Amino acid sequence: MLTGKSMTFSPALEERFAKLLTSYPPGRTRSAVVPMLLYAQDEVGFVSRELIDEVAKRCSVTPLQVDEVIGYYSMLHRHPIGKYNLQICTNISCQAVGAEQLMEYACRTLDLKNRETTPDGLITLEEVECMGACAWAPAIQINYDFHHKVTPERFDQLMAALRDGSYEKKAS
Amino acid sequence: MLYNEPSPLEVKVVTRRFGMANSTSIETYLATDGYVAIRKAMEMTPEAIIDELKASSLRGRGGAGFPTGMKWSFVPRNSGKPSYIICNSDESEPGTCKDRLLMENDPHQLIEGMLIAGKTVSSNKGYIFIRGEYRYLIEIVDRALAEAYAHGFLGKNILGSGWDFDIYTHTGAGAYECGEESALLESLEGKRGIPRLKPPFPAVVGAFQAPTILNNTETFSAVPAVLRDGGPAYAALGTPKNGGTRMFCVSGHVNKPGVYELPMGFPLMRLINDVCGGIRNGKKLKAVIPGGSSSPCLKAEECDILLDFDSLAKAKSMAGSGGLLILDEDTDIVAVALRTIKFYAHESCGWCIPCREGTTWLKKILTRFHDGAGKPGDIPLIEELSNNMFGRTFCALGDAAAMPTTAFITKFRDEFEAYLKKSTPPVDTPELAVV
Amino acid sequence: MADPVHFTIDGHQLEAQPGTLLINAAKQAGIEIPAFCYYDGLTLQAACRMCLVEVEKTPKLQVACTLPVAQGMVVHTNSEIVRKARKGTLEFLLTNHPLDCPVCDKGGECELQDMVFRYGAGESRFVETKLHEDEQQWSPVVYYDRPRCILCYRCVRICNEGLGVNALGIGNRGANSEIVPNMGDHLDCDECGACIDICPVGALTSGTYRYKTRPWEMEHAGTICAHCSNGCKTTLGVRNGGIIRANNRDHSGINGEFLCIKGRYAFDFTCHPERITAPMVRANGELKPVSWAIALATVSKKFSELKARKGKVGIIGSNHTTNEENYLLQKFARQVLGTSNIDHHRTGDVATLLDALHGKTGALATMADLYNTKAALVLDSDLSQEQPLIAFQLRANFRHHKAHVYVVAPGPVREANYATTIEAAIGQEFEALESLREKLAGEPELAIVFGAAIKGDAIRKLVTFGDSLNIPVKYVGLVDYSNSRGASDMGVLPDLLPGYHGIAEMGLEPGLNYDQILTSTELDALWVVGSNPASRQPIAAQNAFVVVQDMFLTETARLADVFLPVASAYEKSGTVTNVTGEVQKLVRAAKAMGPKPDLEIFALLAKEMREDIGAGKPEAVFQEIRRLVRGYDVLFPIIETGGAVPTMPLNGRVPTEPAPELIRSARNTLFTSGTLGRFSTMLNSVLESPGTLYHQPPTPEPEPPVGTVTA
Repeated sequence: MLTGKSMTFSPALEERFAKLLTSYPPGRTRSAVVPMLLYAQDEVGFVSRELIDEVAKRCSVTPLQVDEVIGYYSMLHRHPIGKYNLQICTNISCQAVGAEQLMEYACRTLDLKNRETTPDGLITLEEVECMGACAWAPAIQINYDFHHKVTPERFDQLMAALRDGSYEKKAS
Repeated sequence: MLYNEPSPLEVKVVTRRFGMANSTSIETYLATDGYVAIRKAMEMTPEAIIDELKASSLRGRGGAGFPTGMKWSFVPRNSGKPSYIICNSDESEPGTCKDRLLMENDPHQLIEGMLIAGKTVSSNKGYIFIRGEYRYLIEIVDRALAEAYAHGFLGKNILGSGWDFDIYTHTGAGAYECGEESALLESLEGKRGIPRLKPPFPAVVGAFQAPTILNNTETFSAVPAVLRDGGPAYAALGTPKNGGTRMFCVSGHVNKPGVYELPMGFPLMRLINDVCGGIRNGKKLKAVIPGGSSSPCLKAEECDILLDFDSLAKAKSMAGSGGLLILDEDTDIVAVALRTIKFYAHESCGWCIPCREGTTWLKKILTRFHDGAGKPGDIPLIEELSNNMFGRTFCALGDAAAMPTTAFITKFRDEFEAYLKKSTPPVDTPELAVV
Repeated sequence: MADPVHFTIDGHQLEAQPGTLLINAAKQAGIEIPAFCYYDGLTLQAACRMCLVEVEKTPKLQVACTLPVAQGMVVHTNSEIVRKARKGTLEFLLTNHPLDCPVCDKGGECELQDMVFRYGAGESRFVETKLHEDEQQWSPVVYYDRPRCILCYRCVRICNEGLGVNALGIGNRGANSEIVPNMGDHLDCDECGACIDICPVGALTSGTYRYKTRPWEMEHAGTICAHCSNGCKTTLGVRNGGIIRANNRDHSGINGEFLCIKGRYAFDFTCHPERITAPMVRANGELKPVSWAIALATVSKKFSELKARKGKVGIIGSNHTTNEENYLLQKFARQVLGTSNIDHHRTGDVATLLDALHGKTGALATMADLYNTKAALVLDSDLSQEQPLIAFQLRANFRHHKAHVYVVAPGPVREANYATTIEAAIGQEFEALESLREKLAGEPELAIVFGAAIKGDAIRKLVTFGDSLNIPVKYVGLVDYSNSRGASDMGVLPDLLPGYHGIAEMGLEPGLNYDQILTSTELDALWVVGSNPASRQPIAAQNAFVVVQDMFLTETARLADVFLPVASAYEKSGTVTNVTGEVQKLVRAAKAMGPKPDLEIFALLAKEMREDIGAGKPEAVFQEIRRLVRGYDVLFPIIETGGAVPTMPLNGRVPTEPAPELIRSARNTLFTSGTLGRFSTMLNSVLESPGTLYHQPPTPEPEPPVGTVTA
């Protein structure tokens, strides 16, 4: 399904890709598939068919080989999601300190079920597995930012900040 | 950045620069004995480096606790093939959050550890495989790598030795299984993270089919201290065969959860009470999951134990990744068991039948059980299905799912039975198979 | 051979070569260790965990499919713990497997059913909801039913490793894992159906066969594929006289487990609606159905008349008819009609090759040689399209034995994935060969496979080149169709008799060749048997009496005065000779009501003309061939029992004049097959992805798999 068209990305991402392709031993451009997909997804929003073909072409693999990878890695998604990817960990360390209640709280206040997106396309809510913030639980990630020891009050503040545009990219 | 107050009881080796101003910068690193060990290593033979590691009793901090010196000694040094140094920073074991801190606060220490490994086996390339969720760390580590290149610790002709070494960061994209070393190597090659058949082991056929040293972030981070201060000095910090310190990640129902660096063999109850301020709200301890979610839980009465690989193995649990979850008397063990198996079902790569189907089946039973629709046969069935997975799966993930489940249901059987008493099982008619 | 290792399985003292996998060592001793994912010749997976066994002094159960036997090893394959493990694994497998066996195509032939019957539990403790996903159609011939799939990855491996097509992969993760096709929701592949054949359960099913029958309602006939020259065995499943399935049931043919789309699906020409089943005679300018008696009488009357007045007759034979038919046709021509104006569409220069190899023994490679040779050179052929079994053999040889394969071709070929490949235009091959000389001469042996572009003097030049390498060299001269080789061997040629005796030996002059017959305006009669020359060039003999034997009203048949409908290869017996000169037996599978085998037609015509050309029974004619045709005194019992026997060397010159202009490959792809292909609905239904010769290989080669252990 390799099409003649090709995608272009921002100069920063193109630079990153150029570096990626030279990071691996000769003939091993397939190694760049996963990073390229994730970085591109961050810019494009999701892994489109077009992106699959583009990554396949750049990494000299088949679209099928790219396809196989997408289904495997849980951070890669084939459909657009909200501007903010709100991920709540409910794994055991977070569970122990109220993460499931936080998830319920999020569902209720955002009027979303797991993996749903607000109608304005702002927030996608996802219950996720351990994100490596166990000692500072319960933890959430908004896009790639960690927020630790999130109480319902803190959660409300964060959501308000997302809505009014004042959310700053800052790990707490 | 640090996310919890340090404890005065800590013995800071790999975390010694944590909390310093600009702890990530090469200037700070150089000012605090940084890149001293690699200079030392440059003057040593590979055998001497490995002997030093053996003397240190440093054991893999990822979970398996394999002696690092021995692991390095398995890598053929004159195979004529390229060899690779891979850092497993795919930290994903629930309860574990230490590698993140090591990269966030002291990336040069990790780089130096990998350099020493590279020098030992004359490798020219290393990769730091960082889990996708730790995106911000890629930026931090990349910055540190750039500094190291600028200072001649990476790149061509390192320190005038004629030896070249490059390190690259590589991001994962969400898969617990990639923490398994051979699955990580598959992932590094751009494939699905399915573990490889072993043997051959990565030491001989690893990254890109070449000999490979593959260690956890904390293990590499400990290597500079071992060479700098000498293996015996490092070993002396811990207990016999369990050298040095390790970072314990304490979560759950304690007053001061956090990550603390303590000597190997530190007593668990002192960790809970003296380091972490005891159980919160004056509650009693019910159980501890001592080494990440795949380690079998310890009941409160089993917690008078030393935190090292051998002591915990003797107690039929494991030190694992150093992630300790402390659970108080109010904890619903059935809920914990369910959340645990949900995780493994989600993360099972699907390659082999017992793990793929076993974790899914257990998840379904426990979900129903937890929802109040348990049946009398469920408890022995959960036990038997766990046994049917244990030791029969392609990789350790099946065991990782079976062991905690077995421990929960045998050690807290009364709680499961109490659930059953409250259960209102649905009318027990066989379901029609979905055709 | 190394010293064997000694070990014990279930109390039996056994020995095997070091490195032998436990599962195979047990099999050699007649002990079954069950497995789904293990498949001989494909990479090891250790995924299904069915083959777990108890090995003494090892704490955990061991996987027999990846464990090599070791000295002193003591193994228990049927202990309590092993039986329990198997039962447990099967119970896991059945949790999400639908129990729709009564409507599943695989019911009765299903490995999972058999395993559960032998090793499983009678009842299930699984009371949760099964995962469900709707069935997917991936191509006209391939369907995938995810819930039935047990994820043994055999399909993925046979496609990627076996065929080099890389059309199947694995999607998702965990319990949601599934097999995925290369185009997202459909397949773009060779449509060979190997994935279906290898599937142990009913997850992959065939578009032509699904929901047609229960397997036990069929009778099975292992015969030879009617299409290309490679001579694969295909097992036809027959119910009520009709073919409803072709597959590779027992892997007993020279093709092992290989079949291409034609062998597996393109049997449906036998029941194509346009098939002609009654003879026809032209009356008032139109072909009208008549009885066989009338049709045969019309032909014999005309032939007798022409014979009497020494009229000029031209005969075009077939690339598809059996050796017996070819033999009898040329005998009819020479003995009854007194003419050598007989030829066929020559798709390779067999005669020149045999002459160039005179005096050599063992210089013709067999299909098995191509799997075993240390090195092979392919010239001017897009093997994977034109000669799919040869492509499979060389690929398997590379996979299993690391054979060195060299390709010189005018465009991209799939072999480039593993072979040393030089692109050279037709006519420039020898320059490319010179550049390979050093490498080739360094090989311990070589098999040279060359396409029809190498013909006449070029063949002699090639053999000279081969000789100059000073290593043992064998050759395969490629031809196109199921019995192209047999047509040549049986003397369906104007200048050569059966067994390549010169016509002069009989004191005769060579007759008209193919082109001369078709361009002659002076023919009184033209007899075309199983060929369609009019589709390629006009037929000049406007006033000739034209007799055509075929299954369909082809361009040539439309010109006929008498049309005689014939049985297909699947509806008759006899022998055919494949591209590597191996003689194999056709087994009649289906019944054709109306049409007759060509052999029977020849015999009836002779009888009608009161001529004796021998009995028209294939068995009798074959014995005559064995007796009289050089190279064909082959071991009869092997052929009779379904084996393949290579013809013998000729031990002498072939008095042939080079006629390279007559050698023309039809350049078929996997999706074309002359007339048979045109009338195979199934073959045409996948023309959405027509094979193209020398097309850019669709996929790069996967990196070498880890843990590859080969036989």
